[in-house]
Amino acid sequence: MAESKKRVPMNHVIGFILSLVMTLVAAWAAIQSDLPVTWVIIGIMILALLQAGVQLFMFMHVTEASSGNGHVPWNMMFHGFALAGILVAGSLFVMSFGHDHGDHGDMGDMEQQEEQHSEDHSGH
Amino acid sequence: MAAEELKTGPLEYRTQEGQMSIMGFWIFLGAEVVLFATLFATYAVLFGRTADAPLPSELFEPGIVLIMTFLLLTSSFTCGLAIHEMRRGSVKGLIFWMVITLALGLGFLGFEIYEFVHYAHEGATLQSSAFWSAFFVLAGTHGLHVTLGIGWAILLLIQIKQRGLTNVTSRKFFIISLYWHFLDVIWIFIFTSVYLIGMVI
Repeated sequence: MAESKKRVPMNHVIGFILSLVMTLVAAWAAIQSDLPVTWVIIGIMILALLQAGVQLFMFMHVTEASSGNGHVPWNMMFHGFALAGILVAGSLFVMSFGHDHGDHGDMGDMEQQEEQHSEDHSGH
Repeated sequence: MAAEELKTGPLEYRTQEGQMSIMGFWIFLGAEVVLFATLFATYAVLFGRTADAPLPSELFEPGIVLIMTFLLLTSSFTCGLAIHEMRRGSVKGLIFWMVITLALGLGFLGFEIYEFVHYAHEGATLQSSAFWSAFFVLAGTHGLHVTLGIGWAILLLIQIKQRGLTNVTSRKFFIISLYWHFLDVIWIFIFTSVYLIGMVI
């Protein structure tokens, strides 16, 4: 076998150290730091995506010419994650409407109540 | 690419069957990403709907979650080392790192079961609220995948003892390594968007 004759695979070691550092930074940001919540959430989600990238590229050989699979693995992961983003963001977006009216009466007088509510708390 | 066998390159890629099986597994992993995406979406929508059950910020503890994360992260690393050894042609190295991977995976499962039992004692179960249903289904589906992966790897370890490294056995080990790394990818997102965000908000 031509490849991987090395005793210690350096890219795996580097990937492992990077993952450990990113996990610790994310945990520190969430638990210890006084950063604003929005920034913490954005920051740790970016760190999670970077860590997923480490797994895919450094551990899972997602791009490997000898596989003969071309861009298929990469395309599968890219589309999977794109769908994941659409599903999560889309669900949150759709379900962000109409929360306040859930516990009033039956479906019949929902509409009336809704109208009243929107008049009552128009700034809401 | 003809059906004949290549003479160089990793064993698992030398036949067209091996290449196709691995490509098929990547397609399966794409579907798995979407499966977990639906569970993440459900969790995100039901976040905060704890009803009378305890809040996540009351129950989530950084210590145990970090231990679980490091166990799974290290197991992903040792699984990578196992494949590295396999590609060097060392069955011994492959088995050694694979057994360590499984031990770490079992440790992870042990902590997860302990955690779930602990939450149940504190009054957070699958039935107690929409939030906790979504939480247990999401984390539980991941835990189930880890359990399946451990069983699968044990069967492959028995097979490699009997048959040694061939095009077929190395393809099977390569595929389970993809599966195992994938479980860590999912866990990174559970760790971040469930536990860390649950502790921040």
